[in-house]
Amino acid sequence: MAELPVLEMRNITKAFPGVIANENISLDLKKGEVHALLGENGAGKTTLMNILFGIYKADEGEIFMEGKQISVSSPHNALKYGIGMVQQHFTVVPSFTVAENVVLGLKEMGFFVKTKTVESSIKKLGESYDIPVNPRARVWTLSVGEKQRIEILKLLYTGAKVIILDEPTAVLTPQETEVLFKAIRKLVSEGSSVIFISHKLDEVLEISDRVTVLRGGKVIGTEVRSSIDRRSLVRMMVGRDVLLDFDKPKTEPGRTVLQVENLTVKNDKNLEAVRSLSLSIKSGEILGIAGVAGNGQRELAEAIYGLRKPVQGKVVLNDKTLRHTDVAQRIKGGVAFIPQDRRALATCPSLSITENMFMKNAHTNNIPQSPFNVNIRAMQKATEELISSYSISTASTKTPARFLSGGNLQKLVLARELSTKPCLIIAEHPTRGLDIGAMEFVYRTLLAHKERGAAVLLLAGELYEIFRLSDRVAVIYEGEIMGYTPPDPKFTEEIGFMMAGSKQGEIA
Amino acid sequence: MNNIESFILSTLSATVRAGTPLLFAVLGTIFTERSGVMNLGLEGFMLIGAIGGFVASYQTSSLLAAILVAMLAGAILGLVHAFFTVTLRVNQIVSGLAITMLGTGLSGLWGKDYIGVIARRFEPIKIPVLSEIPYVGQILFSHDLLVYISFIMVPLMWVFIYKTRPGLTLRAVGESPDTADAKGINVFAVRYFYTILGGSITAIGGAYLSLAYNSMWIENMTAGRGWIAIALVLFATWDPAKALIGAYLFGGITALGLRLQAVGAHISPDFLKMLPYLLTIAVLFFTSTDTLKRKVGAPASLGVPYSREERT
Amino acid sequence: MRIKIEKRLTVPKYSSILVPVLSVALALFLMGIILLVFFYGRLGNLSLAFRETFEAYKEMLTWPFANKYGIFSTLMRMVPLAFVGLGLSFAYRMKIWNIGGEGQLYMGALAATWGALYLFKDVTSPVLMIILISILGAAAGGIWALIPALMKAFAKTDEIVVTLMLNYVAIFWVDYLVYGPWKDPKGYGFPGTAPFPDQARLATLFKGEFHVGFFIAVALAIVLYYVYKRTRWGMNSKIVGDNAQAARYSGISIIKYTIIALVVSGAIAGLGGAVQMMGIQHRLQHGFSPGYGYTAIIVAWLAKLNPIAILLVAFLFGGLLVGNDQLQMFYKLPMALISVFQGLVLFSLLGGEAIAKYRLRVSREEAVTNE
Repeated sequence: MAELPVLEMRNITKAFPGVIANENISLDLKKGEVHALLGENGAGKTTLMNILFGIYKADEGEIFMEGKQISVSSPHNALKYGIGMVQQHFTVVPSFTVAENVVLGLKEMGFFVKTKTVESSIKKLGESYDIPVNPRARVWTLSVGEKQRIEILKLLYTGAKVIILDEPTAVLTPQETEVLFKAIRKLVSEGSSVIFISHKLDEVLEISDRVTVLRGGKVIGTEVRSSIDRRSLVRMMVGRDVLLDFDKPKTEPGRTVLQVENLTVKNDKNLEAVRSLSLSIKSGEILGIAGVAGNGQRELAEAIYGLRKPVQGKVVLNDKTLRHTDVAQRIKGGVAFIPQDRRALATCPSLSITENMFMKNAHTNNIPQSPFNVNIRAMQKATEELISSYSISTASTKTPARFLSGGNLQKLVLARELSTKPCLIIAEHPTRGLDIGAMEFVYRTLLAHKERGAAVLLLAGELYEIFRLSDRVAVIYEGEIMGYTPPDPKFTEEIGFMMAGSKQGEIA
Repeated sequence: MNNIESFILSTLSATVRAGTPLLFAVLGTIFTERSGVMNLGLEGFMLIGAIGGFVASYQTSSLLAAILVAMLAGAILGLVHAFFTVTLRVNQIVSGLAITMLGTGLSGLWGKDYIGVIARRFEPIKIPVLSEIPYVGQILFSHDLLVYISFIMVPLMWVFIYKTRPGLTLRAVGESPDTADAKGINVFAVRYFYTILGGSITAIGGAYLSLAYNSMWIENMTAGRGWIAIALVLFATWDPAKALIGAYLFGGITALGLRLQAVGAHISPDFLKMLPYLLTIAVLFFTSTDTLKRKVGAPASLGVPYSREERT
Repeated sequence: MRIKIEKRLTVPKYSSILVPVLSVALALFLMGIILLVFFYGRLGNLSLAFRETFEAYKEMLTWPFANKYGIFSTLMRMVPLAFVGLGLSFAYRMKIWNIGGEGQLYMGALAATWGALYLFKDVTSPVLMIILISILGAAAGGIWALIPALMKAFAKTDEIVVTLMLNYVAIFWVDYLVYGPWKDPKGYGFPGTAPFPDQARLATLFKGEFHVGFFIAVALAIVLYYVYKRTRWGMNSKIVGDNAQAARYSGISIIKYTIIALVVSGAIAGLGGAVQMMGIQHRLQHGFSPGYGYTAIIVAWLAKLNPIAILLVAFLFGGLLVGNDQLQMFYKLPMALISVFQGLVLFSLLGGEAIAKYRLRVSREEAVTNE
């Protein structure tokens, strides 16, 4: 007779308009174990955990805590049962101090906030779990890794027994990941239980005791760590064997397309995010920039594309120095930009697919037309063709873009950006949030354009993606390039050190 | 010499009186907007407060009843604004405009039969000892009760917002509602509460006009003060202490215009009346995002409706 | 069986007509209740109040539309509403909140008066005179809107309060002129300028009860309809309105679009002011507009910024203004009634749009089975 599980979810079903996110899912968690929830994006992992954490309400199913049925109505309610979750979007108030974030909402605090007492108890708690924090720091000044630690600490402060971590490593360097894993091991050794959500096989194999694989909203299976390997997990995740590694087309780099010289760019907080950075990319070449999110990648891409005004330096395209913050000039010059935030930056959510597809037509003139008589029919027809050649699934060309799924929206952006045959493609996290099928599509498309002779600047967090696509790898840290390596997994450790701030050559 | 001194003193004293309705409106709106609900309906809140307070004073001769009725009227409008912005999650700008129109219209309708009548008003009370202080006494301590209440409210609100647990909750809801929600704070209840509370405090600002400043009901008597107060909330960066400075700055320019007319300066009164509006435009320009280079202090979720299931 | 409230994926087409119509109906109903309360307070008898409300409603809703005199009054009230409403739609499409229609209308009227009485007083050709005054009026409205436009474009100053503050400034400016330097010496102390010369008046029809400004408004609506649907400006301004970030990303200059949108918006309202002077007022007076600039906000919003619909809604609201005048005269009701009604319409519309996003779904319990 086994010990009663700490937590059990039975036959959970949750549907959203038009899609069943979770179908009849059951899951249990033992005391002191790390249970990984593995699956592609869109497999239903986060939805399931949001139900457990009280953000969503399940349509069907039951939850048991130590044998007793519970009904979790809100995140706060979940915390009362001892269930805590660190979400992908951190739930911290950036303008508050660490201490204020920890005490927020705690009823037993009294009318006036007793800052001193709270600060010292947070410090003590952090030290006991090897997660050192400064309770007086304003949260927005902290690094992503530190913010994550605050989240975990917040849960420990309220006495959580079950801790859910949703894709915690997505934003961390390899070294920071190690720190996190150490903290997780400490947590389970003290008797907590951890649900670890991920789509990264290696991490799951490293940290978990058991693995449950979800696919298309259903449980494919739950296995003990010792009985599985990489290949069997992949098969469970995608339902078939996927060729994870294959050769990329060889091209001879041609003339220099993009040249960035001594570029310095400030971020929204008016701090220098890119510091006199120089780089160049040739035709038929993909330069992959690896780095932890928030090290100036976004500011670099936006400055090259003309959305953000650099403090100094220049951007040269095909031997022509570009005017700062002149996006139109870049579009006319053949620069395509696939931004990370496609919903907020690259599309208009309420406008139709046709309108989104030809958002830039005024400059690209892909369909020639007079500004005083726009040819709607021609755009409609061209859109239909692009929908079929990029296999975008949508009801019609008139559907508003906000109804497209993440993958289809990205295909729309690719179709618009690449159908004009650009000479420079800036791709910022082009596969974030996509499933493996859509990812493959993006890879093949980018590689095809490289073969055609386009220069590609790839900014990505996932090393796999960088190795998979790039011809050269540069590592960025706090707005500076730390060094270059060939696109080979055997340089992973070196890249990791550079991502954490060591200059190439300084590593012992 | 003596003439100039008395001119300056009376202008400064009038500054406090002219600034008080703005101060109440700004303080009330700071509460509302700190919770993340944008309020552009101040003109409506103030007018409904002005007529509500005036009618109650006329009917009951009780100033306490007058203030309570003004606050209740403001609270009801606040409830309407909260229902539309928090529950129905409609465009907060348009809801604010609708509140302005509704408040303006209802106050005009309600006040139709109260034009030209006289009601009990707030009389100046000289505070013993303090009002004897040379200059300061005349400027600050020879006013009516509502002015003194506004004096006390500023530090109380400051401590409440920055130093107490409910203040922390209020700020969290305006900054990051999903964080607050995750901490078990009822975002909807907080937003309702402060929209209603803010509305009733704003309404006191209107009541000050009809019960102390003008001491009668005139249709549309706020004359744009609600909009000026909106600009002042930006100027104050949602900080009660700075609200005081802003309100008296505008009180000062209004008072100066009136005093100049009274002493017979050779400027058209119409140009003097323009001054507060022009100053508002100037203040807005100098506090705008790009002039300051960086957005300071605005609640990060101001104007964004919250929905638990609809997050990105 | 159970009933669920669900979010619709797409809001059905018919709701874009049904919702505004129902909101006007709901607002009329709510205003009826308010009127009932008002009359009850005045008369102290509920059944009398009922009758009074009913009679007042009949008057308000039939008079403006049911006879020749009423319809002409309605059409003439419609013209300034249509001009300002069309102007506002030009800015609102880009989510630029021009609340300054009233001030822009006043400035257009002010400039028209300047042209008619001073600047062009030697022009004798009516056609030339009318064209010159129209240009002057539009330019004045445009310049008045250029102030918030530059502030918004270059310093990101919030346009709502600035445009609104400028309304007050414009009104005080007109007051200064009509009480001061421009006051008609033969006006018996009445605050207004001298009348316009004949060559600065628009042609009229039906014994002077109708002027051709109406046709200018209709033509303008058709032009704007084409601009919104079929030109690059129309498409790009839609992008700016939906997602300003995406517009920047598409190489659209937000600064340029912001300035043009506000200036054109103000110019159309200013033209409306000039037409109002040349067509009906024939002299600049204190308070010549009963808040056309504010009513036009509702007109534009209710019409969903569609220029043709703006004409229809402006006609409807023109009628309501006329009806409101009747009530003022015969029932001693205040002007404020129209503001109440506008507030109610706006709230009904907002509520209706919010509710239209949801639908009720009835589903059977058995439909959910375990595998």
